[in-house]
Amino acid sequence: MLLAFQGAVAQGVLWGIMVLGVYITFRLLDIADLTVDGSFALGGCTCAVLIVEHGVNPWLGLLAGLCVGVLAGGVTGLLHTVFDIPAILAGILTQIGLWSINLRIMGKANIPLLKNPNIFSDLGKASGLTQNIATIVIGSLVAAALVALLYWFFGTEIGSALRATGNNEDMVRALGVDIRMTKLLALMVSNGLVGLSGALVCQSQKYADVGMGTGAIIVGLAAIVIGEVLGRTLPGKLRSFSSRLIAAVVGSIVYFLIRAIVLQLGLDPNDMKLLSAIIVALALSVPVVWSRYQLKRAYSKGGVA
Amino acid sequence: MLTLTGVRKTFNPGTVNEKVALAGIDLHLERGDFVTVIGGNGAGKSTMLNSIAGVFPIDSGTILLGGNDISRLPEHARARYLGRVFQDPMRGTAADMQIDENLAFAARRGKSRTLRWGISKAEREEYTEELAKLGLGLETRLSDKVGLLSGGQRQALTLLMATLQRPDLLLLDEHTAALDPKTAAKVLELTEQIVGEENLTTLMVTHNMHDAIRLGNRLIMMSDGKIIYDVRGEEKSRLHRADLMAKFEEAAGEELANDRMLLG
Ligand SMILES: Nc1ncnc2c1ncn2[C@@H]1O[C@H](COP(=O)(O)OP(=O)(O)OP(=O)(O)O)[C@@H](O)[C@H]1O
Ligand SMILES: [Mg+2]
Repeated sequence: MLLAFQGAVAQGVLWGIMVLGVYITFRLLDIADLTVDGSFALGGCTCAVLIVEHGVNPWLGLLAGLCVGVLAGGVTGLLHTVFDIPAILAGILTQIGLWSINLRIMGKANIPLLKNPNIFSDLGKASGLTQNIATIVIGSLVAAALVALLYWFFGTEIGSALRATGNNEDMVRALGVDIRMTKLLALMVSNGLVGLSGALVCQSQKYADVGMGTGAIIVGLAAIVIGEVLGRTLPGKLRSFSSRLIAAVVGSIVYFLIRAIVLQLGLDPNDMKLLSAIIVALALSVPVVWSRYQLKRAYSKGGVA
Repeated sequence: MLTLTGVRKTFNPGTVNEKVALAGIDLHLERGDFVTVIGGNGAGKSTMLNSIAGVFPIDSGTILLGGNDISRLPEHARARYLGRVFQDPMRGTAADMQIDENLAFAARRGKSRTLRWGISKAEREEYTEELAKLGLGLETRLSDKVGLLSGGQRQALTLLMATLQRPDLLLLDEHTAALDPKTAAKVLELTEQIVGEENLTTLMVTHNMHDAIRLGNRLIMMSDGKIIYDVRGEEKSRLHRADLMAKFEEAAGEELANDRMLLG
């Protein structure tokens, strides 16, 4: 039981890095980027192949996951910005294309990493920590470093331009920034994180699978929403940017905890996707319905008066 | 400073919705000219300003600004020369960013953006000073999100953002039209103050004839994609509303006459 929850926290932290990536596109750029499903698997598959077939150092495997994620984001970005393909469709195109590419990279549908060392087992061996704890330790350190890095990046001149692009494209153009560049960059950074997360997950679960990213975008959106709901109960209400990034990672951990509980209750793991979809749909529709209700009430009140 | 030669723009050419928005505009502005632009709905005022800003490519003609041909530059590349305030207060600012972040973002207009921190302490002090000059109490709210501000406050902020780094040309497209009369008067007063202090070359579209006469040193009237009236200096200050109304009607009458000719 406890082990299952430890495992869930470990998973949640590693997937939380993907959630950070999704946060960039979904919340900062206002794009639902479906590349994610493909770039997550791409990061995992690339990392697995490098470690198993080329004996590459697992840390370099992570770096490779990050780089291929950046490339995948770049493809979506170019489709969207240069060829004006709507962002959703551009993401789907890359995602579909990546399915075949991932199969090509691995040469088969999955690769086990059972006998190969990975960053988590290395730390476990060196310190005597269990695999789960080692994963939580490394995952938290990496996530913390990335939150700090993103906080810095989005505070720079270029980072501000990315944030402004999600806010008001007219203004950004009028102030001299090419929004094609900012969107491209945001998609690359975002998918870089997603690819890195895929590589981390592949090492922790000790296999890579062509389908490992399926539904990742929904996990990401659900985690963001959960993090925001939880964050609203805090005194600061997530006003600062760093708190929102942290909330995204925490949301991911909570998501995997919920998942673990649901599985303990005997639900089919395959139903988790449905549950996630419902969470996201609710989170997106509740504010809309609420404001419509308020509007209606305002009208009917006005009518009576 | 600014020279438009034979600028033409037709929207949806070759379709039933074809609309000649600019039918050959020739206009020359001297450095420091403050020109008010009037004309009926659909006269092409916004299209002229948007052509200068590069929102869309023009069909023919050239646009020179400070000796540079900017006719073919994309919108973001022209931004280094231009300060712009839109009619819609929402369009000029980023709602989810702080007041100081918006200003810092605008201060870097046309400069290359790097991985330096987006705002410095010295800048924040400068912005506090500049905001105080607006007299809207914004100087104590530097880290408030712009989304919390009223339309008038946002418009005043946009004006400051547009002029923080001196633009070669300031484009104001009915920038007070969405505000209540009192706020509009305040923003207009700020406009006068900033344009006067910096001696900015300015094109200001307005539907308020009184303002059009009172402000600036030159007035142009547009109709049907053409400039039909152009007065400056002494002559302009002696204008009356009635004169402009008469001009409007004259132009409208010509249109009617043209229509009749077409029908006849
Ligand atoms: N993007 C566009 N696509 C198609 N037609 C357009 C577009 N922009 C403007 N037009 C048309 O061009 C003509 C001139 O429009 P413009 O916006 O320049 O008028 P205006 O003088 O600014 O009027 P107003 O006082 O109403 O703002 C109008 O007939 C308008 O319908
Ligand atoms: Mg207009």
